[in-house]
Amino acid sequence: MAQSHGMVERRGAGLWLSHVIMICGVLLVFFPIWLAFVASTVTQPEIVRPPMPLLPGEHFWENYKAALFAGVNVPVLQMLFNSLVMALGIAVGKIVISLLSAFAIVYFRFPGRTTFFWMIFITLMLPVEVRIVPTFEVVAGFGMLNSYAGLIFPLIASATATFLFRQFFLTIPDELAEAARVDGAKPMRFFIDIVVPMSRTNIAALFVILFIYGWNQYLWPLLITTDPSMNTIVMGLNQMFPSGDDVAEWPVIMATSILAMVPPIFVVVSMQRLFVRGLVDSEK
Amino acid sequence: MEKRVTFRGWVLPLLLIAPQVLVSAVFFFYPAAQAIWQSLFIPDPFGLSAEFVGLGNFEFLLSDRYYRASFLTTAIFSVLVTLCSMVPALFLAVVADRLIKGSGLYRTLLIWPYAVAPAVAGVLWMFMFNTRVGVVSWYLGQLGYDWNHVLNDGEAMGLVVVASAWGRISYNFLFFFAALQSVPRSVIEAAAIDGAHFWRRFFGIVLPLITPTAFFLLVVNVVYAFFETFGVIHTITSGGPQQATTILVYKVFSDGFVGQDLGSSSAQSVILLFVVGLLTVIQFKYVEKKVHY
Repeated sequence: MAQSHGMVERRGAGLWLSHVIMICGVLLVFFPIWLAFVASTVTQPEIVRPPMPLLPGEHFWENYKAALFAGVNVPVLQMLFNSLVMALGIAVGKIVISLLSAFAIVYFRFPGRTTFFWMIFITLMLPVEVRIVPTFEVVAGFGMLNSYAGLIFPLIASATATFLFRQFFLTIPDELAEAARVDGAKPMRFFIDIVVPMSRTNIAALFVILFIYGWNQYLWPLLITTDPSMNTIVMGLNQMFPSGDDVAEWPVIMATSILAMVPPIFVVVSMQRLFVRGLVDSEK
Repeated sequence: MEKRVTFRGWVLPLLLIAPQVLVSAVFFFYPAAQAIWQSLFIPDPFGLSAEFVGLGNFEFLLSDRYYRASFLTTAIFSVLVTLCSMVPALFLAVVADRLIKGSGLYRTLLIWPYAVAPAVAGVLWMFMFNTRVGVVSWYLGQLGYDWNHVLNDGEAMGLVVVASAWGRISYNFLFFFAALQSVPRSVIEAAAIDGAHFWRRFFGIVLPLITPTAFFLLVVNVVYAFFETFGVIHTITSGGPQQATTILVYKVFSDGFVGQDLGSSSAQSVILLFVVGLLTVIQFKYVEKKVHY
């Protein structure tokens, strides 16, 4: 093995050069996050008199406490909670309705099956960004502005998740369904005892991707949460900038930006293997 | 592909598929139909009645200087975002692929920006280039370059492009890296024995083998630049200066919600529906091909 590597991989100076390039790449990519972190640990005067320091200061707790419990319009803790509800609602909701509909499409023959299948397929083509005004009107009509239901439901239908589960269900051996049928098991027993447990890796991988999708939503919360106490952190962050000539409270804002990044980064890094797999699968 | 073994009955499957169909109907199909319907009318200023104008809104849009400018802006923006996110990602993936040790660690570190929301990325980059407090703009100033993306069109475009491409470098890196790792070593070694040096091997063998991945990423990144960069533009430039960074999706928002011009905004939504449809078809055409490989 080691010998076969020698043929095409670099050694000596070339190897070091490769590492140097990778380290430079990582540092460059990291720099914006690093700078935000530094800004969240220093004082306002240190930032408004440029250049700001490039190493962290001593005001970490002070700034994060100010952000979490006071914020600008609303405590950031509240916005974090709203984001969590929205992200979990979207991830769990999408997974549940997609599992159910994929099961129906794969394991049953019923009137309208093809029509429904195409109907779900077409939703792939309708991101919320292109239908914002009418969707906003629908949600307003239901009285769902400034509510968790309004944040979650319009984003919950996902053709991608349905297709992923459909693909996977098609690979489940027919013998299992046959055995279940011979045993007189009801379809839902089969679904709960066999299909769902077998799909758990796909469910977990999809959960990572959908959680980040939900957490990082911006336009939709911006439109429907006019009440600051319903703001999610990603959209609320931008609401912390004053209008007009007032000076932004940079340390608190940058602390908030770090708080907005920590949960999705934690999920991605800690579940990296699943995440990469889910990403490659769901984009196929 | 279909299952041979299925369950009997049609009430249960209809109940199972109902939640998804219901949500799609209420939040996808009805609003889309509404957009198409509204695009045929011009509402009066008080929103009390609407005058039917047929394709008038579309005619007006297509002859509107600002809308055509927005098309061009979107095209430039998408090409730049795609290039700026794919080229560095491919470069890093090629370098990482040649390392025997440590590539896993680099991958873990490079993944981070993917998790950062476009709107948060916008705040980070806006902070670095802020005309009053930005570190990068301050150092540029020391070097004699007066950075001001609030007034300068080109600098505004450059900043939103870089901020949008940043998170995508992670994404593209993951796909390129996975593709490079799956190129058979034996093929590369055979070429090496024949005396082909690194770049010859790269352009002659590796690049053609990863072309499907590159093409897939091209489509996905264009879709991203079109529809998912709203947060970046809204936080950094709000479409300015003088609409220099107003991409199509941003214009739907600014005409519909800020300008309250519902007829025009709906017509723009309909045009975008066609664009998404086209991109989806391209994507699926390609996926079909990939299955046959």
